[in-house]
Order: sequence, then structure tokens, then C-alpha cells
Amino acid sequence: MLNVTIDGQLLQVKEGTTILEACELVGAEIPTLCHLKHLAPEGSCRMCVVEVKGARDLKVSCATVCDEGMEVVTMNEKIHAWRRFIIEMLLADHHIDCFSCSDTGQCKLYQYALDYGIKEPRFQVEPRDWEKDETNRFFDYDPHKCILCRRCVRTCNDRQVNHTLNLTGRGIDTKVGMPFDELFIDSNCVSCGNCVSVCPTGALATKSSKDYRSWEVTKTRTTCSYCAVGCQMDLVVKKGKVVGVEPADGHSNKGLLCVKGKFAYKFIGHPDRLTTPLVRKDGVLQPVSWDEALDVVADNLQRIKAESGPDAIAGFSSSRTTNEDNYAFMKMMRGAIGTNSVDNCARV
Amino acid sequence: MAGLAITLGSGAMTNSVAEVVDADVIFLIGSNPTEAHPVMGAQIRQARQRGAKLIVADPRVIDLAKEAVVHLQLKPGTNIALLNGMMHTIITEGLMDKDYVENRTEGFDELWDVVKEYTPEKAAEICGIDPEDLKAAARLYASGKRAPIYYCLGVTEHSSGTAGVMSISNLALLCGNVGKYAAGVNPLRGQNNVQGACDMGAIPAMYSGYQKVSDPDIREKFSKAWGVELSAKPGLTSIEAMNGAAAGDVRAIYIMGENPMLSDPNMAHVEKSLKNLDFLVVQDIFLTETAELADVVLPATCFAEKEGTFTNTERRVQRVRKAVQGPGESREDWAILAEVMRRLGFDPGFSSSKEIMDEIARLTPSFGGISHERLDKEQVQWPCPSADHPGTPILHLGKFSRGERALFRPSPHIPSGELPDDEYPMLLSTGRLLYHYNTPTMTGKNEELMEIEGRSFIEINPSDAAKYGLEQGGRVKVASRRGEIETEARITQRVPEGVLYMPFHFADGAANILTSDAVDSISMTPEYKVCAVKVKKASYEDARVS
Ligand code: SF4
Ligand code: SF4
Ligand code: SF4
Ligand code: FES
Repeated sequence: MLNVTIDGQLLQVKEGTTILEACELVGAEIPTLCHLKHLAPEGSCRMCVVEVKGARDLKVSCATVCDEGMEVVTMNEKIHAWRRFIIEMLLADHHIDCFSCSDTGQCKLYQYALDYGIKEPRFQVEPRDWEKDETNRFFDYDPHKCILCRRCVRTCNDRQVNHTLNLTGRGIDTKVGMPFDELFIDSNCVSCGNCVSVCPTGALATKSSKDYRSWEVTKTRTTCSYCAVGCQMDLVVKKGKVVGVEPADGHSNKGLLCVKGKFAYKFIGHPDRLTTPLVRKDGVLQPVSWDEALDVVADNLQRIKAESGPDAIAGFSSSRTTNEDNYAFMKMMRGAIGTNSVDNCARV
Repeated sequence: MAGLAITLGSGAMTNSVAEVVDADVIFLIGSNPTEAHPVMGAQIRQARQRGAKLIVADPRVIDLAKEAVVHLQLKPGTNIALLNGMMHTIITEGLMDKDYVENRTEGFDELWDVVKEYTPEKAAEICGIDPEDLKAAARLYASGKRAPIYYCLGVTEHSSGTAGVMSISNLALLCGNVGKYAAGVNPLRGQNNVQGACDMGAIPAMYSGYQKVSDPDIREKFSKAWGVELSAKPGLTSIEAMNGAAAGDVRAIYIMGENPMLSDPNMAHVEKSLKNLDFLVVQDIFLTETAELADVVLPATCFAEKEGTFTNTERRVQRVRKAVQGPGESREDWAILAEVMRRLGFDPGFSSSKEIMDEIARLTPSFGGISHERLDKEQVQWPCPSADHPGTPILHLGKFSRGERALFRPSPHIPSGELPDDEYPMLLSTGRLLYHYNTPTMTGKNEELMEIEGRSFIEINPSDAAKYGLEQGGRVKVASRRGEIETEARITQRVPEGVLYMPFHFADGAANILTSDAVDSISMTPEYKVCAVKVKKASYEDARVS
């Protein structure tokens, strides 16, 4: 264990703890742009700088590990000025479009510009003639909003390990892209959306994010219903409708999702959903009340049980519904009907 | 699943998903995680990028095969021969973990009795691969300090599936790879909650937590708790129930959230069976092909509209929470079932999903410490017998679920139920695509996914395509002994000569019209992976008619 002091507060941390992690332990808030849990620290945006007593320069807290006896100051004039300068530099080269940008409300750049009292950009760079890439079916890339934090690039290469994205171009012409200036549609991109989920600005944004603002939605933590990896996710809901999905940091997914978990949610409120019980009358399925449908079910099950015994009835439960539903189903088959003929399609 | 229950004492995945990033050798057999379990696939790639070596045994050149040190492109249905051949090499070259085998296993002599026949040359010949590759794979696997095996439907969906699973278990035990971190024998479950459905006793012979119906004490326990006499008579599996329906012995079937019309093998048989029923109830979220045949259809809510839990492939019980209201008059599945129970004169004994979990915990030792309240704070892995038990990330640590020792249970190579012959000269194998999920009841409602991959197709090797005069993207007729379909030819090196591959998601050109109803004698898993077919180019006239 090491002894460190953060803003006058003494604490003990394990060896290898970064200054940023130590700051989190005492609740000192540090702005970050390039840093992301589960990615190796990169230390490129320099937004997270802090002062370490005795050191000449400010230190990037996300990529500097604590030393014994280290004394850290997380805010003073020098730090404030430096962070403010970084934001101003980023804004100089940014298409400021906050009123219509889909990221408004969750954009980190916007948030930090507010926090550091920036009212308008101090510098201005001539905009490049870059085009947006809107060829992916689920998301768009707007290079004019990119702050080159490389979160997307690192996520695609080191976490999804799909090696689609990279930085292309040099100097002021650098942007996120694919080899040979490919478009998403022509690349090997598998549309997992993980790059989009980690983008701190509106540069990579889902197409559906145009339909809502962060303050209009609620988020509900749940488990993906597609495959058995069981990724944790938040359903983003606006006015009773699921409008998006964001990855959560679950044990088995550590913040990743695949194309199904991230984008295949439209079945939830789909117009083809069944909305009322149906009973076959004169050969045709017709809408009826719950009472009528349930009576028809119970009467027929009773009748067949009386005529042919409980084992003339079988039940198929579902490997798609919840544990509680499955338990209730097997209780109904064994307890209420009296047969052990209950199975699921696990074998299938 | 039955296989591991016999050899280790528990049918579940031994280790946790995220451990894979710390593995040094990874053996994938009959599983294609980058498509079927994409986030698992991503983590396997992370491991490989950090230096882990990959062995892939799969008839197709799946994406991960391109990153493998050894790709064993074996004929479908020859997994057991391969595994036996690998064990032969490991034993004869002295690469096994002798201490482990001596102290923690039984049945090694019986294993050797079977395996000694499978010299690498003989095994490789059965599999249609190079014996040097087989030996290289065996040596590499045995060299791993942390060497997990992952398998999926490519092993279980064969008529020899259970024996295949036990052979995997044999290999892992031989190298001391069960009961330690980042290793083990790991079945990747298909559907999101297969693990949970089985855990909850939606299987004929067991109540929740694999408590046997045949055990009078267990029956007595449930009987007391539920206030009703319980039957000791063995129940029917879904396949047996389908056959019973066709024969007229089973007169009513209640189906919750499944679409056997598309998902079961041999679709014609399923249709005939269901139509033969006196009474069919289907409870689902869409009017599926199966629901269209029902006498009563009950509208259920989907995962986003209900409270409850799913259990993932690593035995982790995780919360499902209600984010939106279900459409129209739809109701939660358990609530519908409770109403039916009441009308049958039976008190369901619960009035919320949370109460059901409390009942599960009371009656199921491995779930004893699990409740919704606890899961809101931490998602634990069963067995979790009490509220202060942390859950079990790794099974068989120190001691097997089965007892002190795990069991070697060898099997000779079992040829598939249906092999190619003169009339049906090609092997058809089926599987999943990244962009879809089983029957596309859910994924098919996303137009973007359907744009990427919206129609059925069949993969065929270029030389076979040339033989039958097929063109890329052209229409092709595929016939088996059970039926014929038309689909689109996708000419690719991903499949070897003589083997065809088809995704099973689509209603147009449904692969399950073709597949075989041969089943594994222990697990009753249908043999989706292999059946014999013939192909021919669909003529212009055919195209016009269809
Ligand atoms: S969607 Fe996934 S694969 Fe495509 S670029 Fe983003 S991270 Fe890479
Ligand atoms: S697209 Fe987003 S995540 Fe990627 S570098 Fe630009 S701002 Fe960062
Ligand atoms: S997000 Fe993808 S990998 Fe994760 S559980 Fe859902 S389907 Fe499986
Ligand atoms: S967050 Fe630390 S340098 Fe970017």
C-alpha cells in the first residue's frame, strides 16, 4: 500500500493505482476525454491533468501511477487554464452545432465547455471538406465533430478486435477512418456499435439518437434477450417506447454489446405484436376477452385430462422467457395438470 | 448437458465468460462465437491479441479459424474421432497430467481401452484431416497452462452429441483442465435463457435445480409445498410429445414462447403433429407460424415489459426489468399461467415475479441465496445455497459436483444418423448468423438487419458449384429424404467439398424442411448438424412458378 494525499486528504492505495483512480476513491472529480475503463490508458487528450507537488509540469492523472508520499492537487488556476485551453483548441476545429446535434445533453465536450466557462470559441480553424459517412445502417460518422480521442479506434481494435477503424490523414487533416478511405458499408465493420457507445461527442452517433434528447429519456438496466452471454444493457425509453440501447458494465460483457443487443430492439413495440387473446371460432382466430380465452383453455385442459388422463397433455416451456416464467410453467404442468411432460427447446 | 452431468456431476459451463482473456490456449469445437455469441467472440479475440493460441475444430472456415494456430477442418459428425485421436497423442507422448488423472479421476483404463484404437492416422482419416494437424492440436492443447474448451451446437446437435460432450470432458480431464481458473469445459448455450429454463425444471425428469422427479423425498418436498399429489411417471420430451401428438396419444399441447414450426427439425412432421391435436394453446409475443395453428393464442409481454431474471451461459442469474408497458392487453407469462392454474382449481401460490423467485429459493438448494433484492446489488452464479454465499464462478474447484473424482466416459466414433449416399451425395449442416437469432421472430422485425441478411442461402464450395453448374447468387434446389426447398447459392471456400451450410433462420427456404429427425439417445437433441442432401440448379421454369 502507498500513502498519497489528494487535495489534502490522506489515503492508502494499492501499488499500480493511477492518480485518476485515487481521485475517484476520494470523490474528486476529474474531467476526462480519452480515458475509458477497460482500455489501456493512453494519456493523449491531457484533459485530466493535475498538479503533483514537486513536479515541474502538470501530470496526466489517467496515465500516471501513484508514488509513495505523492501530494496531488486537482484544481488550481494553472490546471483550470490548461483544461480550458484544451477545450478551446478542440472547439476551434469543431462543427458547433449543439442545437441540432443528437448528442446534446450527453456530449462531454459541451459539458466541459460549460464547466470551464467557455461562451464562444477563441480560435477558429478553416473547416475541411470532409464528408459525413452515413452508409452504416445504424449509425453515422461526422468527422467535423470528432475530437480525436481515439476511444472508438481503441475500442474497435482492442476490445471488439475487429480492426476496422484507425486514424487516417496527418496533422490537421487527421480523422477517424478506414484504410483507403473506405466507407462503413464497404468495410469489415460488423455494426456492433461499440465505437458509437464510447464516443464522447456526436461524431459517432446512432441514427435513432436524432429522435430523442438525453433529458427526455429514462434508462432501465436489464439483460439482453438474444444470446446466452447475457450482456448487461440499459434500455433507453422515451414516452413509453424503447428508442435505443446502451451497454452497461456487466460481468460477462464489460461494456460491450453486439449488433443484436445494441440495435435489434424494434420488435419490442412492433405493430405486429399480439395485443389481445385469440380463440379459434369457425376455423378462424378471433379476438376475445381474457376471461373467455382463459376459460376455453381451462375447460379444454380439464376435459382432455378427464377423458384421457394428465399425460395426454404436454407443455413446451421457453428458453427465451424468464426463470420465473419457466418455474411457473413447470409448476402448472406438474402441479395443476399433473404430468411431468414439460420440456423446453434447450435441445433445439 | 446430460454428458457433463455424468462425467463431472453438473451439466453447466464450468468457468466464467470473462476468464477467457487470461487463457493461453483456447480450443473451440463446434462453436462459432463471433456469430452466435458475439461478445464472447470479441473476448476470445482479445485473448488471442494478447498472445493466446487458438485451436479451431470446425468443418467451415469460420472467422476465428483464420486466426487459429491450427484449424481442423473436419467432416461434420466426426468430433469424437478427433477428440479420441488427440487423446491418443497426448497419452502416447506422455503429455497428460498424471497427478491429476491419478488423484482426481476414475476410469482411465476404460478410456485407454477405447482411445488406443484411435491412432492419429486412423482418427485423421475418419475426420478427413491431416494427422500432423491433429497431433499439433493435441500437443498445443496439452501445453496450455490455462486452456479452456468452448463448444456449442456443433457438438450437441448430433445424434452422438452426448458422447461428443463426454469426449470433450475426457480430454479436459486428461490434461487437468477442470476446476481451475481460465480453463474448464464450457458449453456456450444457444438461446438467452436455455440455462435458466433447464435450471427451473422445464425438463421432464427434474424439478428446479436438477432435483430428480424419480426421487421420492424430492417429490414429497414439492408435493408438500404445493399442496398436491405429484406424478412419479416419467414425462415426455418435446420430441416425444410431438411424436405422441402424431400418434394421437398426446391430445393437447401448451406452448409458451417457442416456435417449433420453424425451430424443430423436420417441419412437415411438426405441422402434421400439431394439426393432429385436439387442443393447442400458444402463448407468445407475435402470431408465429406455430400460433397460427393454435386453438387459443395468448398475448404475452416481452423481456422489456416484465420483471424477472435470466441465467446466462456462465450460470449467472441477472435481472430483467420492466422498461415499458406491454402492448394492448398483453400480460406477463407467469401471470397468465397463474390464471390458468386458478381456473384448474390450483392455487399458484405467488402473485409477483419476485415471489416466484422466493419460492424457487425455498425449494431449490442451488438457488437458496438468490432473491431479486440481492440481484439488484450483485449478479451471482449458482450454486449459491445461502444469502451469505458469494456464488460460484468456477465449478469443481478442489472437489467435483459428482464427488471426489470425475469420470472418464469414452465413446467410439459414432457415424451420423444419415450419411451421404449415391442418391443424396452431399452433407448439409445448419447454423446461426450474426444478424439473426433462431427463428427471426424478433430480429426479423428490424428492417436494417433484414437488409444486411434477409433471405435464406446455402454455402457451397466452388468445385461443387462447378459440378452442378451453379452460379454465385443463382437459385438452387436442395432436397433431402424429407423435402425440398429452393434457396440462393453462395459459392465460398468457407465450406469444404461435399459439405453445404445453411443458416436456419428463414421461413423462405426453411432449412428445417430438410433436416433429419435422428436424435441423440440420451439428450434427445435432434441432429441438425448433419443430413444428406442433393442439389441442382433451379431452372428458369422453376423460378417462374415460385
Ligand atoms: S461498429 Fe464495431 S466493428 Fe464497426 S467500426 Fe465500430 S467497433 Fe468497429
Ligand atoms: S469519433 Fe468519437 S470516439 Fe472516435 S475519435 Fe472521434 S470523438 Fe473520439
Ligand atoms: S448483446 Fe449480443 S452477445 Fe450480448 S447477450 Fe445480446 S446477443 Fe449476446
Ligand atoms: S483522460 Fe487522461 S489524457 Fe485523456
